[in-house]
Amino acid sequence: MIALVLAHEEAAEAAGSAGLTRYAWLIALLPILSAALTLFFGKRTPGRGWIYGVVTVGAGFVLSLGVLWHFVTGGGPYASSVEWFQIGPLEMTLGQYVDGLTAVMLVVVTAVSLCVHIYSIGYMHGDSRFAWFYVVLSLFTAAMLNVVIADNLFQLLVGWEVMGICSYLLIGHWWEEHVNSSSAIKAFITTRIGDVPFMFGIFVLIAATGFTTSNIQEIGHLVGDGEVARGVVSIAALLLFGGAIGKSAQFPLHVWLPDAMAGPTPVSALIHAATMVAAGVYMVGRTYEVFINADPWVLQFVGVIGVITAVGAGLLGLVQDDIKRVLAYSTVSQLGYMITLMAAGPAGRNAAFFHLFAHAFFKALLFLGSGSVIHACHTNNMSEMGGLRKPMPVTFWTFLIGSFALAGIPPLAGFFSKDELLVALEHDHQIALFALLLFTAAVTAFYTTRMVLQTFFGTYRGHGHPHESPLSMTGPLVFLAAATVSVGFLGFAATGAPFFDWVFLEEPEAITFVPWIAALSVAAAGLGLLWGWVVYRDWQAEDPLVALGPGYRLLARKYYLDDIYWKGIIRPIRDNVAAFVNWTNQVVIDGIVNGVARLTRRLSDGIMAFDEEVIDGAVNGLGQTAGFTGGLLRYLQSGNVQRYAAFLFAGVVILAVIFTRI
Amino acid sequence: MIRLPLVLFFSAALFSIGVYGVLARRNAVLVLMSIELMLNAVNVNLIGFSQLWRDLTGQVFALFVIAVAAAEVGIGLAIVMLIYRNRETINVDEVSLLKW
Repeated sequence: MIALVLAHEEAAEAAGSAGLTRYAWLIALLPILSAALTLFFGKRTPGRGWIYGVVTVGAGFVLSLGVLWHFVTGGGPYASSVEWFQIGPLEMTLGQYVDGLTAVMLVVVTAVSLCVHIYSIGYMHGDSRFAWFYVVLSLFTAAMLNVVIADNLFQLLVGWEVMGICSYLLIGHWWEEHVNSSSAIKAFITTRIGDVPFMFGIFVLIAATGFTTSNIQEIGHLVGDGEVARGVVSIAALLLFGGAIGKSAQFPLHVWLPDAMAGPTPVSALIHAATMVAAGVYMVGRTYEVFINADPWVLQFVGVIGVITAVGAGLLGLVQDDIKRVLAYSTVSQLGYMITLMAAGPAGRNAAFFHLFAHAFFKALLFLGSGSVIHACHTNNMSEMGGLRKPMPVTFWTFLIGSFALAGIPPLAGFFSKDELLVALEHDHQIALFALLLFTAAVTAFYTTRMVLQTFFGTYRGHGHPHESPLSMTGPLVFLAAATVSVGFLGFAATGAPFFDWVFLEEPEAITFVPWIAALSVAAAGLGLLWGWVVYRDWQAEDPLVALGPGYRLLARKYYLDDIYWKGIIRPIRDNVAAFVNWTNQVVIDGIVNGVARLTRRLSDGIMAFDEEVIDGAVNGLGQTAGFTGGLLRYLQSGNVQRYAAFLFAGVVILAVIFTRI
Repeated sequence: MIRLPLVLFFSAALFSIGVYGVLARRNAVLVLMSIELMLNAVNVNLIGFSQLWRDLTGQVFALFVIAVAAAEVGIGLAIVMLIYRNRETINVDEVSLLKW
């Protein structure tokens, strides 16, 4: 640790004034400390250990703001590292690369994580594995922060995988119910399918540098200077994108995210809305040099995948009854937006990050709000809610702000970020993508209206009396709502769009406000809202969308994707593997085991016969002989002293006779 | 001066009487007395040979035997006393607990 600090000091002197960025690595280290403390002392701490997570992540949040201040005041990027290990010429380092993007991500992750840590005090109150929940929550936060500050791909991969396992543990937190544990397995395996190409992508990039470095910036420079063959770069980009498809739930691997809603709601907010799923987008943006220097069809492929995801998942959001699943599909859809934007060059990348930034706040807000509703109604199904705006005013108003932001209503965060997306796409002449995303924006507004109307308006259809959640839950809601209202202006041209001065690839770009695009965007959102209001205003029993017939069934069956995976991939593999394993088990393993057993038995029979006949015979024979002789001899022992004396004299006489003869 | 053969015959007679007493008498006190007879037969022998060889060793040895015999009789009579107290008899035929 001391060496680490010293290395930082030296590098800092060389770089001049680096401010708090020198200590950015502390932000990632603090939650690890919290995880360890909670693990060892959590159960014995009053309140069962939430205090460690809240304090360390809170400190991380303050520190992150300090780091961001460095970039607000015009500071430059800062890098430092220590050697980890060396394999031949390849030197692995543990390090940090802090630029504006890193700083923004640090703020987002620590802010949402802090909210979730506080929120969980109320939401998880009385849970039997409360301390364990906080351990994994803190560990997850540490892993995500590690991905954010990592200066090399290897370190990034470590955080990436730790996030995967934490996600698995948290989805399956209530593993007593089978559906939760199988959802956890589904999430883990599905993301792993993406992780394998990601890992190979990293190997390809390291190999392309001649096994000299895994540093992201150095690889970026090498690729940018054309030192690496274009075909290799394309392959590497595709493989890396495979990781993003898995982690950021892009088509066709998006199926795990809706099922991941089986986890506790704060987890959904932190992992499956704001941070982990953003890691894929972040990774693509971080390694963006690889993508823009690849063949053009790679980025087109990225855009196609993104737009399929955005539109497809948006439509799926229309038919869900589970409030968290609506939000899950909306998350998948919004992630699709970001991935689509990655296809539109550096400006698109920056716009995607702005959307990621804004989305993290309002989606965390929506998830925590839905958690508050679920906490009150003890059900996830919107058909058993309704009329909640009266008993739960704080939840209602904050949820409404989040919903408007998601729908893209000005002046909330979602409006500005979606606007930037559309401007970037229009600028890049991606008209098809532009139209599709505009359509998705309308769909988003439509299902958002449906969700809000069904949850908070009408009459209450559930059981019991819902009540407002405790302060530990409403506090984060209010904070996130305030953030949702304010962060949008960071990307607004009229306020100078400071966000784009922090997050840029080559040089800060001038942000322009295009009135006709903004008007189009608002029109799409307004159309969606209005249409949703008309359709769902009087909704009581059956979903009006059922009238769509086959279209509804297609959506309700999730495009039959799960069925295709189940029947086409999982069942054939599983059944054949199971049959083979069964055969191996029955024939080979059992054969060996039975053979050994039979042999052992036969051997044992022989040994037993020898034991009984020979050994026992000898021992018993000795005993019987001794007993028999003793039985004969005992009659000499009469107890009569005079008889003994007589024997004595007889003996003496005999001896005397013998010795006299001699 | 008594001649040696006479002494030996006397001693043998005494020993034989002792043996008879030990083997045949039923009274424990008499058995002890018979043992004394045998010991004294030995003493007579020792003294007889001592006189023959003009060597005092035999006489000294006889004195030791007398001392040991006194101790032996003391212990023996004590045992007999205890047997009598416990069993109201000193018949050695009846004291035969130590058997099969």
